[in-house]
Amino acid sequence: MIYLLILFPLLMAAVAFAVPSNRWRPWLLPFGALGQLGLVMAAIVQSGDGSALSGLGGWLLLDALGKVVLGFLTVLFALCSLYAPAYLAFRADRPNRVFCANLFAAMAMMTLVTLSHHLGLMWVAMEATTLASAPLLYFNQNARSLEATWKYLLIGSVGIALALLGSFFLAYSAIKAGLEPTLLFDELIDHAPQLSPPWLHAAFVLLFVGYGTKMGLAPMHTWKPDAYGEAPGIVGTLLAGGLTSCAFLAVLRSYQICRAGAEAEFARQLMIFIGLFSMAIAAVFMARQRDFKRMLAYSSVEHMGILVLGVGIGGLAVYGALLHLINNGLTKGVLFLSAGNIHRAYGSKRTDDVRGAIQRVPLSAALFLAGFLAITGSPPFAPFVSEFTIVNAAVGSGQFLAGGLFLLLLAIVFIGMGATVLGVVQGNVPERQKPNAFHDSIGTGLPILLFMALVLVLGIYIPSPLESLLREAAALLEVRR
Amino acid sequence: MAQLLDPLLILVLALNFVALGVSRIRGVINAVALQGVVLGMFPLLVHPEIGLRGILLVVVTIALKGLVIPGFLVHAMREAQIQHEINPVVSFINSLLLGAFGTGLAMVFSYTLPLAEQHSNLLLVPASLSTVWTGFLLLTTRRKAIMQVVGYLLLENGIFLFGLLLLEAVPFLVEIGVLLDLFTGVFVMGIIIHHISREFASISTERLTELKE
Repeated sequence: MIYLLILFPLLMAAVAFAVPSNRWRPWLLPFGALGQLGLVMAAIVQSGDGSALSGLGGWLLLDALGKVVLGFLTVLFALCSLYAPAYLAFRADRPNRVFCANLFAAMAMMTLVTLSHHLGLMWVAMEATTLASAPLLYFNQNARSLEATWKYLLIGSVGIALALLGSFFLAYSAIKAGLEPTLLFDELIDHAPQLSPPWLHAAFVLLFVGYGTKMGLAPMHTWKPDAYGEAPGIVGTLLAGGLTSCAFLAVLRSYQICRAGAEAEFARQLMIFIGLFSMAIAAVFMARQRDFKRMLAYSSVEHMGILVLGVGIGGLAVYGALLHLINNGLTKGVLFLSAGNIHRAYGSKRTDDVRGAIQRVPLSAALFLAGFLAITGSPPFAPFVSEFTIVNAAVGSGQFLAGGLFLLLLAIVFIGMGATVLGVVQGNVPERQKPNAFHDSIGTGLPILLFMALVLVLGIYIPSPLESLLREAAALLEVRR
Repeated sequence: MAQLLDPLLILVLALNFVALGVSRIRGVINAVALQGVVLGMFPLLVHPEIGLRGILLVVVTIALKGLVIPGFLVHAMREAQIQHEINPVVSFINSLLLGAFGTGLAMVFSYTLPLAEQHSNLLLVPASLSTVWTGFLLLTTRRKAIMQVVGYLLLENGIFLFGLLLLEAVPFLVEIGVLLDLFTGVFVMGIIIHHISREFASISTERLTELKE
């Protein structure tokens, strides 16, 4: 069963690569993604009955954290894949063989990351996601997307290389302590109290910087605005919601080892600092941003900051951060896909050219506006709940400085982002903007509506199976004081 | 065979300096290829009773790091029709000085590291750190895309050296996976180099400046 979760998308990738018709190939995406969704849900239910799902002698294991990330990833992928046929039909002039195959391959590798309980295997899978997603960024095949892909690949690979060094340091901390070296996650957790602290610290810093580069935390975020700015909306969603969540999971795994080794305090301070720093950088660059897709990239930097900040604050905020992983990803789906539609309708993503979107593509523009309100933490949308939980935990545990800065930065982001979004949505369409063939349709509108519906529902009511799963996962990360 | 280790590690360090000081790209690729072959043999020296599994690893490492990846880079270099790194951000003399400084620092730093007893006299850790440093230097100070890829390779070589300390901990499958990832990474980068040279009629990454704030 556990192997099937990885093999099925790989098989779909091969099928997508083999299908000759450019016109029918995109329809494989929804079928494959819904199939994967079924498999993952079955796996989660099956392993919930007490029979743990594992494979390769403990190298693969579906634990509570993995379930949260994997379950969310598959939902995200399924909704994105519903959007794909209509989008690719509009871009029928471009060959999509590599695009479709790589979407499945990236999904398979992201699944592998969530299942890995061996740091080496997780590293390999993480690097493979970078490689599989690089051609996705280059879909437009122009000079700008080329530049973005180059930066993404080079910075991403170097970051991941540091994470490998960090994994090796972790294994070495066992040798130093006179233990048998290992990279098996569960053995490391068991031996964590005996691991040599200096090596453990160094390992966590390298792993955090390495996988943090992949998450796009400041100051390692420089690839992000370029990559998200040039990628098609659907790829932006999968990167901002999916790939970054996988990288976050990798950071959490490193944190789990630190925590078991009673070195959590050091890791938490680092995460609080980097989290707030990412939010601050995002707030600075989001103000007066003239490219609305780059603005979304900075929003992603901000929310990655919120995730690590939440884990750093600890207590109830860990639950908030895990919930926010889901809420942020779903809202990013709304924002990236509707921004993609607006981009298509205007042939530009500069705020100088794009005004009055509510007149030209009313549905997409309305959803873009609603997505903005949701992501900045307005009630009744889901991110409000998770962000409120984090603030609540910060204040409740006496961390007033972190909580206060968090609120202040959220307010600055709201103002900066609002100026750009309102400028795009409202006003009159500039005269020089001639209408083109793109308009709102079911194919490009319905998936965004579904994303939005989920964001709204999770803002009002969290289903109890999800809540208990999140609590179980948060318990793996909680620090006893 | 362990007494061969230190001389070979010094050769690895020397090759780092070749990579830093030479402007002919072919020369730099050859240096990295030779370094790859030397690195590939290390598992035999560090753990002589390594078995069939280890020998397979040695063969795959030498083939990938010594032959396939350099061959691919030479191919990309011919396609892009460039021979020299001209006008790097930091001059060749200065990069050599920086490299020497970093290597010295790595030596001093390794003495202060809390290494396990059986490793405290080995050159392996300083050589690893210094190769990582060299990789970073090339990545940040060279303008040609192909030289940045070489820098990435050196970075990975440095990490590989550290990995030798824990050959038992990193099982075979992962080692092969790392090597394959490295290869596909370079492969994808090579394809992009090809596109860059076609799109900009040059593979200097300084042309990649359209996307900024």
